Amino acid sequence: MQTFLQQLVNGLAWGSIYALIAIGYTMVYGVLQLINFAHGDIYMIGAMAGYYLGLALGVVGEGSLLHFVTVLCGAMAICGGLGFVIERCAYKPLRRAPRLAALITAIGVSLFLEYMGQLVFGPDPKLFPPLLPARPVAAIGGVVINTIQITIFAVAVLLAAALRLIVMHTTMGKAMRAVAFSHTAASLMGINVDRVISFTFILGSMLAAAAGILVGISNPKVDPLMGIMPGLKAFVAAVLGGIGNIPGALLGGLLIGVAESMVVGYLSSTYRDALAFVILIVVLLFRPSGLLGSPSAEKV
Amino acid sequence: MGCTRNTNELRIGAYIPLTGSTASWGKSGKQAIDLAVGEVNAGGGVLGKRIRVMYEDTQSLPEQAKVAVLKLIKQQKVAAVIGEIASSRCLAGAPEAQRHKIPMVSPYCTNPKVTQIGSFIFRVCYIDPFQGEAMAKFAYEQLGVHRAAILRDIKNDYSVGLADFFIKTFTALGGTIIADAAYSEGDIEFRSQLTQLKAANPEAIFVPGYYTEVGLIARQARELGLSIPLLGGDGWDSPKTTEIGGDAVNGGYFSASFAADDPNPLGQEFIRKFREKYGSNPDGTAATSYEAALVLVDAIRRAGSIDGTAIREALAATKDFQGVAGRLSIDANRNAVKRIVIMKIEGGQLKFNSAVEPS
Repeated sequence: MQTFLQQLVNGLAWGSIYALIAIGYTMVYGVLQLINFAHGDIYMIGAMAGYYLGLALGVVGEGSLLHFVTVLCGAMAICGGLGFVIERCAYKPLRRAPRLAALITAIGVSLFLEYMGQLVFGPDPKLFPPLLPARPVAAIGGVVINTIQITIFAVAVLLAAALRLIVMHTTMGKAMRAVAFSHTAASLMGINVDRVISFTFILGSMLAAAAGILVGISNPKVDPLMGIMPGLKAFVAAVLGGIGNIPGALLGGLLIGVAESMVVGYLSSTYRDALAFVILIVVLLFRPSGLLGSPSAEKV
Repeated sequence: MGCTRNTNELRIGAYIPLTGSTASWGKSGKQAIDLAVGEVNAGGGVLGKRIRVMYEDTQSLPEQAKVAVLKLIKQQKVAAVIGEIASSRCLAGAPEAQRHKIPMVSPYCTNPKVTQIGSFIFRVCYIDPFQGEAMAKFAYEQLGVHRAAILRDIKNDYSVGLADFFIKTFTALGGTIIADAAYSEGDIEFRSQLTQLKAANPEAIFVPGYYTEVGLIARQARELGLSIPLLGGDGWDSPKTTEIGGDAVNGGYFSASFAADDPNPLGQEFIRKFREKYGSNPDGTAATSYEAALVLVDAIRRAGSIDGTAIREALAATKDFQGVAGRLSIDANRNAVKRIVIMKIEGGQLKFNSAVEPS
């Protein structure tokens, strides 16, 4: 029982990270029907930005909450800007091109970020500055929960809630939903579609940056290729929850995190990476619209 | 052949990971090879020719290693190749060297399968059965560990092999392996595996992975309240292990081919020269890469020719070569027979603990 609960805690903390990345995937898909494969690499840039910001703030030994918040906001701002630039340079010119062209461009942007990252940051793994002290806050019956795991879970849930607020209760959110429904109809209603798409990219990239910082504080090793695997897993999480559906992505991320943790604990650690892809295949076969997505006919 | 070559130049190829996850080894390897070749050229070269090393980056990927070896042989027309540092990449690159009858000397790949590929494949380090045996004996006899757990990198030939050799000796001595978990290269989340191992209550965990993951594994183990020693192989041999692991890796032991504080005069001389040129201490990869280059040059000199088969014969006959980590001979299976050192991590430093001579 104790081991089971510990695995649950591990899985929830790790799943929160998948969830934050998955929300970005799902938002861009919802608005643009584009799988932004560069999203995992924006998460990497977020973590790298956090690394350099942490160094610039001179965090050594132990950081404080102020450091954490400053670095988090800084990295989110940097990645928001990056998301805007990527959208303008890489995807906007392809707005009227076939969807496949945009998808291939996304893969290109992903490779560009990974290999530019190796050139600019160096290929070596780096130690992420300790922004928050890891103190065990609870050890109920041998189950260790520390400040960092709680921070991760809390930040993930807060950001998801804030996002839901933006999407459901602001004019921009309404415009996003309208654009997701139909670009043409939205622009006929006087919505500036390009601005909405830029806004979506900025928001999604900021969430990826937050995930990068959270990973940095809990697993303090960052390198330019760190985004590949979490990016793929988060994509699976987004599909599991129903691609285009924000609460679905949150649920999918948490489910994958917990499922991976349980597979390691009770089956074999060898199968952990295979699990996400087995889930992907099963979802695509039996419920392609995902857990929370509504089945819909292919838009033409 | 149609192409004109500078006859005063002897080309040697090196395929090493200059980018990718294990780039820190590639960097050390290149520095050491440059140092060795610089010395040879300053002393008049070999067979009256200057040596020129052609580098190819493997990007830390097996598929690129194969391409790199082919490029060195076909395009750069090298007489011999040095590389790779990791076993999985050697296993990808070596068949090409063998097929073209170009001798290959690996500095630091320790999986036995590599030299079994063919008669042209050599290495200047010990092999994993010796390393696994040394660590298992050390754990059982010196540390008094009787119940050990394993955490291996399932994607890595080196790690899987080393874990098996450790288990073989450890159980033969009378110890028990109570849990055997796995992760994949590049992972950063190990808490689930460590929770599983913790439940089995081991006295030590053998983690035969690379420095890229070991630091985080140690951190997360301490976080979950596991305070037992972590043991490893030479994949730990990098300053990054302590940089990323911090205090968590203190008290760990690993086997390596070279210790900077091993009181061996040739080793100390190498350290002095390396420091002079690069301003930092060489790691194990640098030491073995330096040895690989010098053993190869020595063989070319004795062969008196740049013909692949002649160099191969000379390499196979290498005996009592004075390397930076002690005497080195090549055995009938083209593996090096040399001593191994056990390092302890103390206060964030990698310290020489003891040495095991080959039987």
